[in-house]
Amino acid sequence: MKAIAAPLLLVALLLVLPHSAPWFHAWMPTLSHPLYARTSFLALTLSHLWLVALATLVAVAVGLTLGVLATRPAGRSLLPTVRAIAVIGQTFPPVAVLAIAVPLLGFGAAPTLLALALYGVLPVLGQTVAGLDNVSPAALHAADGMGYGRWRKLWDVELPLAAGPIMAGVRLSAIVGVGTATIGSAVGATTLGSPIVEGLVGNNTAYVVQGALLVGALALSIDGLLGSVERRIRRNRR
Amino acid sequence: MIEFDHVHKRFGEHVVIDDLSLRVEDGEFFVLVGPSGSGKSTLLRTVNRLVHIDAGSVRIDGTDVATQDVETLRRGIGYAIQSVGLFPHRTVGENIATVPRLLGWSRADIDARVQELLVLLKLDEPGIADRYPDTLSGGQQQRVGVARALAARPRIVLMDEPFGALDPVTRESLQASLKSIQRDTATTILFVTHDMDEAFGLGHRVALMLDGTVAQVGTPLELIRHPVNERVREFVGGSRARLRELAVRRVRDSMRQGEVADGDAVEGGASLQDALGAMLTQGRDRLPVHEGGQPAGAILLADLVASRG
Repeated sequence: MKAIAAPLLLVALLLVLPHSAPWFHAWMPTLSHPLYARTSFLALTLSHLWLVALATLVAVAVGLTLGVLATRPAGRSLLPTVRAIAVIGQTFPPVAVLAIAVPLLGFGAAPTLLALALYGVLPVLGQTVAGLDNVSPAALHAADGMGYGRWRKLWDVELPLAAGPIMAGVRLSAIVGVGTATIGSAVGATTLGSPIVEGLVGNNTAYVVQGALLVGALALSIDGLLGSVERRIRRNRR
Repeated sequence: MIEFDHVHKRFGEHVVIDDLSLRVEDGEFFVLVGPSGSGKSTLLRTVNRLVHIDAGSVRIDGTDVATQDVETLRRGIGYAIQSVGLFPHRTVGENIATVPRLLGWSRADIDARVQELLVLLKLDEPGIADRYPDTLSGGQQQRVGVARALAARPRIVLMDEPFGALDPVTRESLQASLKSIQRDTATTILFVTHDMDEAFGLGHRVALMLDGTVAQVGTPLELIRHPVNERVREFVGGSRARLRELAVRRVRDSMRQGEVADGDAVEGGASLQDALGAMLTQGRDRLPVHEGGQPAGAILLADLVASRG
């Protein structure tokens, strides 16, 4: 029930908001345009979602790969370096990443995608390392003794047993991405941040409220859906 | 046949196995017993190369294990450990099927073998194959661990204190299961324990390990009756050695054939310890002995006290 409440809210907002001009007019009568109309809310939401999904996918691919390599015997020595790089990536404010990326990649979705992907790596990497480190030593010892090869053991035993924590990292990465993507509108990406940025610039509080409501509902939806996937994975992997 | 030939192993400065030679015959239930740190687990792990030796060789049927592909070697040897190490994300059936699956057995062969092992290890609760390990008791988990070790019908099984964490009743029941499975399949079992009673109860032969060497190797009775030195005598039990001897010897070997006695009968295959227990319980100094339900003779307390053979 909890898992579908937020998606239902999102759908309801997408259905109701396009017809909500009279309400916002009543609330803020001084605004000449009380409803954001440059792009439809549905198109904004889909574009936002697409950007976050793509960035999370990149973050998962990079974070998972680095996490696996850093926990192999040969890669152990790299672990502090890998962690340090990821932490530095996280301490950069997103706006700074955008500011650096724009001259390189131009305006639009590309610099936003880069910033989101960089941001998403650390949760996935951290959780992958933690998850793999916490796999039962007895299970690993037994797997070795029964003749598992290194990669087969990773695939059949280690990754499934670390899947819960890894999924938590993916969820965190996606949630951070939903929030951070709104800033992408400042450099021309089409996201739910567009009405917020435009509203802030044009002193139109109604736009800000409309964008914020949708971003909030989207974040809660993704958290709920990925959270239920995570719980399902964790059920038998203690 | 497993041969340890002048095996040396050190961890840093510490010598764990010191020039050890030993031979385990085919179909033998061989127990390595000794205190913590005596090197018995390390020696066991040299067989499937979880431990790499510094000098000497370990051979299976004449082939040095160091020359074999390590994964093939390990898949051919059963392995069970005290912490069991069942895969928590796999069902009981999937856990048992681990090595057959690694070996690429067909689905049908695997299913049949899993069913066979569930019966053999008395894991006969309905639906148990589809349950996850954390829903089982400790004893059931270790039964699954033993089933997993036996799954691919290995000729050699290594067991590292597999029953060490179990309560006494569960342990005895598992020991009995393992003993009869070993007898029926003639699997060579190399078994590590620090429990002298377990060692004498299970092993055809027992090697007492002290400080990385074999202090004495022989049948349980040989170790009990003829310890080679004071330290062995101490480990074998000092004055309690005679009690252990009673546990090792069978009633039928000490009974007086054809004689009769009153009281509840003991079986010929029971241990002298069981017979003594029955005498104490019944308050008698002689009891009838049955073989397969038929009267066969009598066992006397005086013979237990006096006899050394």
